[in-house]
Order: sequence, then structure tokens, then C-alpha cells
Amino acid sequence: MFASFMTNAWISGTIVAVLAGVVGFFVVLRGAAFPAHAIPNGAFAGAAGANLVGWNPLVGLVSFAVLAAFGIGTTSRRVRSDVTTALFLVLMLALGAAFLSMSSQYEGAVDALLFGEILGVSSSEILPIALISVVCVVALAALYRPLMFTSVAPQLAQARGVNSTFVEIAFLLVLALAAALTVPVVGALLTFSLMIGPPAAAGLLVTRPNRGIVLSIVLALLTVWFSIACSYTFNLPIGFFVGSTSAVLYLVARFIAARRSSLANA
Amino acid sequence: MQWIFEPGLFDNSSVRTALLIGLIVAIVSSCVGIFTVMRGQSFAGHALTDVAAAGGAGAFYAGVAPLLGFVGAGVLGAGAMDAIGAQRVKGRDIATGVVLGASTGLAALFLYLSATSGTTAGATQLILFGSIFTVQSSTVPEVAGLSAVVLAAVGVLARPLMLSSISPELAAARGVRVRVVSLVFIVVLAVSVGLSAIVIGSILSTALLIGPPASALKVVRRFSNAIALSVVFGVTATWVGIVLSYDSYYWFASHRGLPVSFCVVALVVVEFALTSAAQHLVSRRVTAPPIEHGRDDQLGWH
Repeated sequence: MFASFMTNAWISGTIVAVLAGVVGFFVVLRGAAFPAHAIPNGAFAGAAGANLVGWNPLVGLVSFAVLAAFGIGTTSRRVRSDVTTALFLVLMLALGAAFLSMSSQYEGAVDALLFGEILGVSSSEILPIALISVVCVVALAALYRPLMFTSVAPQLAQARGVNSTFVEIAFLLVLALAAALTVPVVGALLTFSLMIGPPAAAGLLVTRPNRGIVLSIVLALLTVWFSIACSYTFNLPIGFFVGSTSAVLYLVARFIAARRSSLANA
Repeated sequence: MQWIFEPGLFDNSSVRTALLIGLIVAIVSSCVGIFTVMRGQSFAGHALTDVAAAGGAGAFYAGVAPLLGFVGAGVLGAGAMDAIGAQRVKGRDIATGVVLGASTGLAALFLYLSATSGTTAGATQLILFGSIFTVQSSTVPEVAGLSAVVLAAVGVLARPLMLSSISPELAAARGVRVRVVSLVFIVVLAVSVGLSAIVIGSILSTALLIGPPASALKVVRRFSNAIALSVVFGVTATWVGIVLSYDSYYWFASHRGLPVSFCVVALVVVEFALTSAAQHLVSRRVTAPPIEHGRDDQLGWH
């Protein structure tokens, strides 16, 4: 499990988990589960497209995820956002399917993109992944106050002159970068569950935002480490373990929160 | 004509089945989708498709009838979403996401197991991306029967559903049991998307559920007109998409045609873009330019 060929898996998994924990905290706070599900599918289309024309996969992942995020962010102000999010989602998946059908990709590679592959990251990609993660965390730190403000009290924020459209688009772009890094490891269809399950569980257990972010990172790390270990041991796709662990964490947190509030009322 | 309809298009039995199935699915998706869009449940509608696909993957692996897997898992997922989903909108999306994540994980497991058991190559493509061309003509009666059940349920529910979609408070005051209506609707939604996911794949299922109704609601106000226009949009996208996909086989030297899912989705998106632009132009002409920021609210769909 800790053999040298697994080193990249552990390093990239750890980076991705920390990033997903931080970004996911804001995804849950803003109730942005649907964009968080849609944007990684943009990354999927990008990876498929990059494969078709022979580009570096990371370029395809990042550019298409950013494209999807920008599209969702700019249209969501003018029309009902869940409709345009759904349409961007299916458009990106369909593009990905078209790219795949044009190249002679074998089935296993498709499954790896959709459901994750622990050995999907090569050594040369670790440095760019780490750099982009740092950019994401710095951007979130800079956006922290307006993000919290527009999430918790949107009307008040608008009255105070916070540009909520700008904040929304900036946040979705950070989400896109994080998704582009997470997709090769966890898979396009499961990336969002890492950004929802652990942060939502953290949000149920603690109320202060700073503690919430820390707990969210810790739970995301546990999810990813546990999933890599299980995926290695049982030789099953990592996406299955990420999806089910995230759901179990959320349900346990709901149970604890319910127990706590019933004790408090008694 | 020969340039539009490539040789053999109408002699091909899988094309004929595809056109028929496309018609049925487009009609059912429009009728259910109009309520889905009005209630802001696009995410649930999409998530249930993926839950249904997980059931389909499970049925594929276990060798059970796929229809049972798709529809059964969809209904179970709808129940789970309703059970853990708080009534608040934010909590609802997170609950939807958790159910979606868990079931997508299961889909990954079943598809992997099917692929490694060796007998069934291409399970992922078949279940997620689907192809309307691969529908067996023998499943048409089953699909038509279930579609009739869904349409009947929507017909019975239509009035209380419309009332509680527009204003839950008013509906409750009129004696509508809003909670029951929303539970029954999400089950109907699950059956409908399960049905369309099995015949056209889960991408197309979401596209036809959301795209045509949202486009129709942009240009007409009356409910019955919106359903009729939505059916027209849905059938047009499906049929033109099928013809384009069939023809595209001759476009590239490699003879790799464009997937039918891609053609139909692209047309659905084009329809939405055109109706959005039309709505934009009309509302600009009707209303004088309002104060700054005001226009966004007027363009919003109420």
C-alpha cells in the first residue's frame, strides 16, 4: 500500500482532499451542490478533448472546467440558475461523449475519468497540482469576507454594495480549478461528493466557520485516505469508496446532531 | 431531399424504433419536466437519472431485467431524498447531493464489476451515454405502457401540483396536502426519468426533461400552451438529432458518426439559447429601460 508507485497517489490524494475540504465548506454554505456537480463534468469533457487532440490533460481539465464555471456563473443572474446549470451539465457530458467516440479510447480510460483512478496522477503533475491548489486557497482567503457575507446575508451584502455577481463568478472559478485537480484522482462523477459529504457533516457538528473549515478538511482527508487504502486493498474503483464514505459521514453527523438537539431540549 | 435524408434512413428498423421511442419520451419528459422546471427541481430531476442509472448498472451486473433496476432505484432514491431532505431549499440540494454521490459510487462499483466479469464490454457507455439506436423494438410496448401510467398520474395531479408549485401557502390554504403532493410528484419524476434513462441514456434524459420545458416557458405564458410548445421542442430536437446523427456517419472520412446523445443535446441547448434571446428582445421592446440593475429582475422568470 505504501510502495513507491503509490507515492503519487498519496500525495495527490492529500492535496486534493485539503482543497476539496476548504472549497466544499463554501459549496455547502452557499447551497451550491448543483454547480459543484456540473463543473467537474466540464473537466471530464476537457480531459476527453485533450486526449483527442493530444494536449496535456491538465490543460484540458482546467480550461473546460473554467469554461463551464464561467457559463454557469454568467447566465445564473439572468435566468433561473438551476435550468442553465442542468443544460451546461448535459452539454459538457455530451461533448465529452462525442470526443470519446471520435478518439479510439478504450473503455477503461473512460471509467477512470468518470469514476477515478488512484494511479491517475504522474510525478510531473504533482508540482502543477500543488501550485494551482495554493492559488485556490489564496483566492479563497482573499474572498473570505465577501463570500461569507453574500452567503449568510445576501440582501444585507447587496445593500452594503458587495458585488454579488463578481463574488459568485470568482467562487465558481475557484471551484472549477479545484474540480480540475480532483477529477483525475476521484473521478468526474464523484468529485462533488467529496465537496459535499465531509463539509456538510462538519457544518452539522460545529457552528463556528473557522472550526467548520478545519473539521471539513479533516473529514475530507479521512475520506480520501480511507478510500485510497480500500481501493488498493480490494482493487475496486476509488469513486465507490469516496461516494459511500461521504454519505456515511453525513448520515452519522445528522444522527449526532439530532441526538444533541434532543438532549438539549430534554 | 437526398442531401437531408441519407440513403436508407427510413428503411432502417432501428431508426424507426428510435423515432417512435423518441416521440414517446419527448412527450412524457415535457409533461413531467414543465413541473420540474416550475418547482426549481432540475437538480433532483438530474440526480434521479443518475440514481436510476446506478440501478440499471446493478441490474446489468446481477442479470435482472434492466427496466426493474432503472425504475426501482429511481423510486428508492426519490424516497431517500424526500426522507433526508429538509424542506428548506439549501438543505434539499445538499440532501440531493448526498444521495446522488452515494448512488454514483454504487454505479461505479457495479460498472467496474460488470466490466471485469468480462461478458459485458461497453456497459458505461451504454448506461450513461446510451444510444437511442440500440433500443430493442420489443421494449416499445413496455415503455409505452409505463409512459401512459406516468401521464395519467400527472393528469390527476396537475391542478394541486400547479397550485402548490406556484404558491405552497395558497395551496395549503385551499386544502391541498402540499407534502403529499410533493412526495407523489418526486416518485412520478423518478419513474419518468428512469424510463427515459433506460431508452436514451441519462444525459439525454436530463436534457429532454429540462431543456424543452424551460425553453417553452420563456416564450409562452399559458400553461397548456407551454406543454404543447415543449412537446414540439422536444420532438423536434429528438428527431432532427436522430437524423443528424445518422447522416453524420457520411461526414467524416473515418466514418465515426456523432453520438445521437450529443446531437440531441446540442439542439436542445440551441433551442434554449434562441428562446432566451427571443424573450430578451420582447421584454426589451415592451418595457422601457428601467433603472440600473432593474432589468435583471424583470428578465427573471417568475
